[in-house]
Amino acid sequence: MDITWYLVLSALIFATGVAGVLLRRSPLVILLCLELMLNAGNLALLAFSRALGDQDGQVFALIVMVIAACEVVVGLGIIVAAYRRRIPLNVDELRTLKG
Amino acid sequence: MKEVAFFAGAIGALGGAIAVIALRNAFYSVLALIVHLISLAGLFLLLQGEFLAAAQIVVYAGAVVVLYVFVAAYVGNVDEPLWEPIPGQRFIAPFLGLALFVELAIAIIGSGLKSIDTEGPDVALGFGSPSSIGELLLERFLIAFEAASLLLLVAAVGAVVLAARRKESEEIAG
Repeated sequence: MDITWYLVLSALIFATGVAGVLLRRSPLVILLCLELMLNAGNLALLAFSRALGDQDGQVFALIVMVIAACEVVVGLGIIVAAYRRRIPLNVDELRTLKG
Repeated sequence: MKEVAFFAGAIGALGGAIAVIALRNAFYSVLALIVHLISLAGLFLLLQGEFLAAAQIVVYAGAVVVLYVFVAAYVGNVDEPLWEPIPGQRFIAPFLGLALFVELAIAIIGSGLKSIDTEGPDVALGFGSPSSIGELLLERFLIAFEAASLLLLVAAVGAVVLAARRKESEEIAG
């Protein structure tokens, strides 16, 4: 399989994630869509790493996974905090930063 | 054989991704994400990323998805209102996603990079194995590795502060 196929698949997954962020209003699903976009980026990094025969891209992908884990932890913490304070979980109404 | 594996992984990854944004129940979206992540781990294996594939299963499908499942179960299903802040959002959003894909596909196919039109060069046996990735992490990318570990610590502390009950924090403050 040519590397181009992997890159096109990565673009498709990324576009799906973007459409999800624009379409959905629940913060939990928006976090899932961010996850999709980060994974699409990881797939592209691995594809280029294979195309060049260089392992640096894989280390990049590993660091991206760490960043994704941080993002999930903080994002889910915000969702739980908002739910406890009876703030509606809808990104159109979550407009102020003040708790 | 590689083609079969690629298309199986691609269908799983793309189907999972579409299911994540299409299913109305957030809990099912999380389950669809598991399908997506496991298919993606298969694709990583095809690209000789053995360690990344294992980390994907353990870290994502294992730890991160469990967090999502807990929060989805705790918060319950959030009803998304039919009211739209931007008129026609549900038609414009997929269109914009499609436009982005077309743009990226043109960029990829028309890039003129010679290396992406091949299967990649032949690589040594240990390519992408835990030992070679670990060597890179602890030698060339040591600073990135340490910064990532510090970031994880900060994120963990931040999550505890964010999700702590308000009453307890007031008691501590008072």
